[in-house]
Amino acid sequence: MITLDKLYLLSPEFILLIAAFLVLGIDIFGKRRWQKALPYWTIAGLLLSMVASFWLMGHKETVTDTMAADSFAYYFQLIGEMVVVLVTLALVDYLPGRTHQQGEFYALLLFAAIAIMVAVSATDLIMVYLGMEFLSITSYVLVGFLRNDKRANEAAIKYFLYGAVASAVMLYGMSLLYGLTGTTNLAAIAQKLTAGNLVSGYQWLLFPALLFLTVGFGYKSSLVPFHQWAPDVYDGAPTPVSAFLATASKGVGFALLIRVFVTALPAVKIDWVALLYALSVLTMTVGNFVALRQTSVKRMLAYSSVAQAGYIVIGLVAFNGKVPFTAFNGVSGVLFYLLAYAFTNAGAFIVVGAIEEHTGSTQMDDYNGLVKRSPFLAGVFLILLLSLAGVPATGGFMGKFMVFGAALAEQFYILALIAIINSVVAVGYYFKVIKAMFFVPGEGPAIAVAKPTRYALVITLAMTLLLGIFPSWFLHIATTSGLAMVGL
Amino acid sequence: MSLNAIPLLSIIMFLPLLGALVVLILPGEENQKWWSLLVTTLTFLLSLALFFYWKNGEAGFQFVERYAWIPQLGIDYHLGVDGISLFLVLLTTFLGPLTILFSWDIKDRLKTYLFLMLLQEAGVIGVFISLDMVLFYLFWELTLIPMYFLIGLWGGPRRVYAAVKFFIYTMLGSTLMIIAILALRYFYGSFDFVDLLHGKGLPATAQLAFFGAFALAFAIKVPLFPFHTWLPDAHVQAPTAGSVVLAGVLLKMGTYGLVRFCLPLFPAATKQMVPVMMTLAIIGILYAALVALRQKDLKGLVAYSSIAHLGFVVLGIFALNPSGISGAVLQMVNHGVSTGGLFFLVGMLYHRAHRRMVADFGGLWKQLPVFGAFFLVIMLSSIGLPGLNGFVGEFNILIGAFKASKIAAFIATIGIIFAAWYLLYAFRQVMEGPLDKPENKLLPDLNAREIIILASLVAVILLIGLFPNIFFAKINPSVLELVHFVKIHAAPVLITPLPTQ
Repeated sequence: MITLDKLYLLSPEFILLIAAFLVLGIDIFGKRRWQKALPYWTIAGLLLSMVASFWLMGHKETVTDTMAADSFAYYFQLIGEMVVVLVTLALVDYLPGRTHQQGEFYALLLFAAIAIMVAVSATDLIMVYLGMEFLSITSYVLVGFLRNDKRANEAAIKYFLYGAVASAVMLYGMSLLYGLTGTTNLAAIAQKLTAGNLVSGYQWLLFPALLFLTVGFGYKSSLVPFHQWAPDVYDGAPTPVSAFLATASKGVGFALLIRVFVTALPAVKIDWVALLYALSVLTMTVGNFVALRQTSVKRMLAYSSVAQAGYIVIGLVAFNGKVPFTAFNGVSGVLFYLLAYAFTNAGAFIVVGAIEEHTGSTQMDDYNGLVKRSPFLAGVFLILLLSLAGVPATGGFMGKFMVFGAALAEQFYILALIAIINSVVAVGYYFKVIKAMFFVPGEGPAIAVAKPTRYALVITLAMTLLLGIFPSWFLHIATTSGLAMVGL
Repeated sequence: MSLNAIPLLSIIMFLPLLGALVVLILPGEENQKWWSLLVTTLTFLLSLALFFYWKNGEAGFQFVERYAWIPQLGIDYHLGVDGISLFLVLLTTFLGPLTILFSWDIKDRLKTYLFLMLLQEAGVIGVFISLDMVLFYLFWELTLIPMYFLIGLWGGPRRVYAAVKFFIYTMLGSTLMIIAILALRYFYGSFDFVDLLHGKGLPATAQLAFFGAFALAFAIKVPLFPFHTWLPDAHVQAPTAGSVVLAGVLLKMGTYGLVRFCLPLFPAATKQMVPVMMTLAIIGILYAALVALRQKDLKGLVAYSSIAHLGFVVLGIFALNPSGISGAVLQMVNHGVSTGGLFFLVGMLYHRAHRRMVADFGGLWKQLPVFGAFFLVIMLSSIGLPGLNGFVGEFNILIGAFKASKIAAFIATIGIIFAAWYLLYAFRQVMEGPLDKPENKLLPDLNAREIIILASLVAVILLIGLFPNIFFAKINPSVLELVHFVKIHAAPVLITPLPTQ
């Protein structure tokens, strides 16, 4: 049933849609002066859409039974929009000289943002699939957009091949679930499963269905063993796009993991908790130990983002289903973590991009003595790396604190211990970069950072510190957003 | 205006932090130096107010401030000092201006250096005054970063190795501590230290696990044998002012943590672990003394003497009686002044001669009489000569240790003899005998700035040595209460129902 009076709940999506077509239109028909301002048109659209998302928070409705208009969706929309703003700022100086089709790039970026917004709102398996595919396809194009860059092309092909397989497997899982329950609506699936009202003789298909869904979501959030694409793609893609993939796009995987598992599959919670437990241990351990051996900072960050995904999953493992939430709650932990992580990691990739822009290299050795060449970049990167390592007074610490606290409150002692050992291992490679930047002498000309990139970095830095020192308000938002989804 | 209305502790802590931020934007190296000196001196003078407005005879926390910080998680901005932490705060603020004065000649990246020194001071003060476990952990970690950079940027030839080793070791301990803090929250439902104190108690096995996690973090910091291997590297490589801060206050965070948290929060486990901790302390005292005897580098010698001295402090703490713990608390301050002083002296010598091997010197007394006089007093204070500060602390620790275990006290006394041995040996080699090395004949004696630094230290050495009761009057009530608390809570709680899930 289509009820038009509720369409205003989708206004963040519509605003971005208009902005995307506007950007395309200006690119084709606009005056030269207007074309120069394309990134700022993009940002204006995003900011407007952010205002709408923020304004609509607190609603708890569904639109056409397939899209949720709840705080949970708006929360992830805000993360997505914010990341795209940062990425756009970083692109202002990055794109010129690399491609002439700038308008298309920004438009694609906006479409990717819309894809995120659709995916995180989905309350129906079909919509979940459409949202994921929409995001994947725009992402493939963004990764391979720079046609003359061989590594970007390679990355795009890899991303596409893995993505095609993952989404096929996920679709198969969805079809199994539909076959068992006769519906694609998440809430209806939950009802059928709890009532035990399944096609008899085929209950055993439930676990394969769960597993196949996990492949699809795990691919987006780069959980081991579905992560193999991630390092190559993050490494080969234009760096601002890597920032997008490692934060906003990864967040979608988590949003869907939470939404689908918590709202549709509470009946098999024991199964998915066990599954995610194993994936979490694998993801953080493999991510960290492989990151330790990297010589390229960009690849190191890629593996570090894999490892971070492992920490984030802990929150979902430790979700206790109690309403209202207990103080240390897995879902609020995941939501807060993703927010802090989005700023920190996007910032880190932007720093790497800014350095690559001037030295043409992402090798650790070329970071030697960076503090002399650009105190600004070195200082920002220092704080961001400390946040990734989980040092207090940063958002990264608060995220880990929430997630590990949830694990301990639910008596996952071993998991918490494995996570803590992993965070010490991670200190090893984050500090390798800090050591290179500050302690190892190095030569080279001063690195000038473009103004927009500078703004993006200042935002990430400020937010990283703000989330670490005054997290209270953000925790409140994360908690209410999580609650909205559970209550739906 | 009532004194309670002034958030004195916050001011003392935020002043260096604010000073650090101002240094970053202040133009001109002279301005930056004078500004840093002004800020640290002001901080010290303000912290004296804690001393003068202290309510004598009160055991609880004074100058308490408490505001909600992250209410959802029950984390408060909760500050307060008692007799145990008061003099550690004063020690930190006292050493602040002295380290800035000492660093007057630093040319290399002065701004960053001063920024880090001030940041460090704010962090350490925060550690000593935090009464919320998460706030405590925040400051605890925050002290790591400035020291990491101080060693790594201004240190000796192997500075990078030393800085990384320092960081990894202490990080290892503190990550365990944060897990323990979270788990304590799960048992008690609070992060607040005072709430935890009055909580329902823990089963004996849980206490042991918690004690282990906290004590490991603190033992690495102290450092207690066998967790001490990072310290000589860090000390030898660190710049002088860094060494002074490291020995003077950073290591106290470990011993302070043991007294503040391990004893009252896990009394049954503490009781059980006394033999282990005492044995480690005594091994540390003897082992470090023997290694100090073999040191060719003066800085290495002082570093190992520092390990030995802190062994005494741990011994006093785990005597678990009033004289042992009071002595230990005072000895923490003494160690900060005396060992800090020795590091200053070695630094001054190195600054002149650019060498610091024991064998490089001899007969300096004739060339540097003022230096020699200060060296003599500070060295004797470190040995524990009656009338000077070291004696008061060590004597009380030994009385306490004797009451707890005669054997332990006996062996520890041997350690004192060793200390006299290596320090007197070093003094003789450096100061006495013929002035036979031609390059040493050109060394200038101390300048006014250096004399101010050392004279301030000697003043404190004499003050504590001659009038220890001024200090004990403020330390003892809190310590008595702590000992009493540990005694009545030491019986392990046998049955504690876990919170239902």
